[in-house]
Amino acid sequence: MYIDRHLIHEVTSPQAFAGLNKRGIKVLRPKQVVATADHNVPTINQHLPIKEELSRLQVEALKKNCEEHGIELYGLGHPFQGIVHVIGPELGITQPGMTIVCGDSHTSTHGAFGSIAFGIGTSEVEMVMATQCLMQSKPKLMRINVEGKLNNGVVSKDIVLYILSQISASGATGYAVEFAGSAIRSLSMEARMTICNMSIEMGARCGMIAPDETTFGYMKGRKFAPQGTDWDQKLAYWKTLKSDEGAVFDKEIFIKAGDIEPMITYGTNPGMGIGVSGHVPSLNEIEEKEKPSFEKSLAYMGLQPGAGIKGKQVDYVFIGSCTNSRIEDLRMVASFVKGKHKADNVEVWVVPGSKQVEKQAIEEGIDKVFEEAGFMLRQPGCSACLGMNEDKIPAGKYCISTSNRNFEGRQGPNARTFLASPLTAALAAITGRVGDVREYQS
Amino acid sequence: MGKSINIINSTAVPLNIENVDTDQIIPARFLKATSRDGFGKNLFRDWRYENNDESKPKKDFPLNDPRYKGQILVAAKNFGCGSSREHAAWAIKDAGFDVVVSSFFADIFKNNSLNNFLLPVTVSEGFLKQVFDAIDKDPGAQLEVNLQDQTITLPATGVQEKFDINNYKKTCLLNGYDDIDYLLSMKDEISQFEKQ
Repeated sequence: MYIDRHLIHEVTSPQAFAGLNKRGIKVLRPKQVVATADHNVPTINQHLPIKEELSRLQVEALKKNCEEHGIELYGLGHPFQGIVHVIGPELGITQPGMTIVCGDSHTSTHGAFGSIAFGIGTSEVEMVMATQCLMQSKPKLMRINVEGKLNNGVVSKDIVLYILSQISASGATGYAVEFAGSAIRSLSMEARMTICNMSIEMGARCGMIAPDETTFGYMKGRKFAPQGTDWDQKLAYWKTLKSDEGAVFDKEIFIKAGDIEPMITYGTNPGMGIGVSGHVPSLNEIEEKEKPSFEKSLAYMGLQPGAGIKGKQVDYVFIGSCTNSRIEDLRMVASFVKGKHKADNVEVWVVPGSKQVEKQAIEEGIDKVFEEAGFMLRQPGCSACLGMNEDKIPAGKYCISTSNRNFEGRQGPNARTFLASPLTAALAAITGRVGDVREYQS
Repeated sequence: MGKSINIINSTAVPLNIENVDTDQIIPARFLKATSRDGFGKNLFRDWRYENNDESKPKKDFPLNDPRYKGQILVAAKNFGCGSSREHAAWAIKDAGFDVVVSSFFADIFKNNSLNNFLLPVTVSEGFLKQVFDAIDKDPGAQLEVNLQDQTITLPATGVQEKFDINNYKKTCLLNGYDDIDYLLSMKDEISQFEKQ
């Protein structure tokens, strides 16, 4: 498979560059590679040298490698720096019909534009650097149709957490997934990205949504989007990128949008989700052979089988990550919290996905809303989604997080994660507890 | 580039937990190295030690149990889900394993393993249970994995199962070839494609 765009970052690229150097070869098509520093960067005082030595060395190695191989780097301090899956789309680097890879599993995000986008390991990063190609076996095909009107208080994160709760964290392994249906088509690009982002949490090779007028409207005028006659030609091509009428899938799933309520996870994989008004499954609802893993998970989370989750106190709120750190997510949170203040028992971190998102938030006065609410608006990076930098949740504490993984230790050793939408996270920030946004909205 | 693999006869280490994600295999805080070496010592770090303290190994964790050793890791369903970090495959290989057996592997982990001469062997749920039971009964139970024949056998009972592997990857593993050499040999075809 020929690769059109290769995105790289500091954590999964150094060994690939070392491999090229060992072979005595250069990156084949440096103009098709874009680099940024996101995974381990601090989210405060980014103008200062990185304090943590190993992180600093990785970021410096990226800079050196990019210089040696002629790759554009949007590093710390650059106005385009940010989480790799936020900057690709917002700069117009991500385009329909492209093949896009990155040494990061959430590369599936870019599928929201009708591109084939997936995460790869470092050996494959080296492969693409060396040859602009990848060896791939053909995946099976799945379509997930979400039809109908979404309930009040339900946003795209709830859709994807609901799908996960239905098909499990391995339900789409081996498949390329198309998300379709009227509920998907009604979503903005940011909301579509949230869904495709988490297709990897179902195990899917990639997730995608057919490009339409919403896609083209989002793309037009972006920094690296085609312009003039080039735009017209590309647009004509993009309009052809949809599944044929009567296309046959290896598996097809149908979901009624009306069945979805605001979601939250209670366990240690993203498939362990329930509606906020629901309860953790009781032991007799779990298959015998899955009981040990289920009980291990609940013990880690400090939760009881059969218990309700609404009203559960939280200690931290994290709004960020490649799943939910775009301007629309920040606007959603700001409009909910405007004029309110956070609960005393919680600490709230808002980490914008990119410098562009941060700039936009400041221009719109969202930073002021957060400041008045007692939220901390930090600087762009992956942050507490994976706790590679200093932004870790302390052991035993509960964090309601807009990120994508609730794995043991993901947000810090022994940290406990509830995955939820930006709206549900915003509500928890204000009340200090897990709650149902439907009770607070007109 | 890598060490080739064909027949492996070994005892195994059982890890009967489902959905083991790559954050457990190697936590993110250990991804800051710029080389591929040395990840084995942090394999399953937070499951191996109390409060990240190497002087306090968790006794009930199989990797700390002196009864279990060998070149084969036996894991439950959906092993290696989550992050694409190849460091997970590096850590398992670096800790001395050449084979991982499970009833179901996550996609990216499987590719990463194959690219590092760590053989993922997918077996049926039934066979997997027999393997866990055999090790449970006798931690010294042998397993035989034969890549050429694509078989996995429990010699004690003679139970055997065939496993699937992509033919191209099988050739690579048997001969120690790597994908990059192969793709580099197709440079002209790649340039031709770009001109279309």
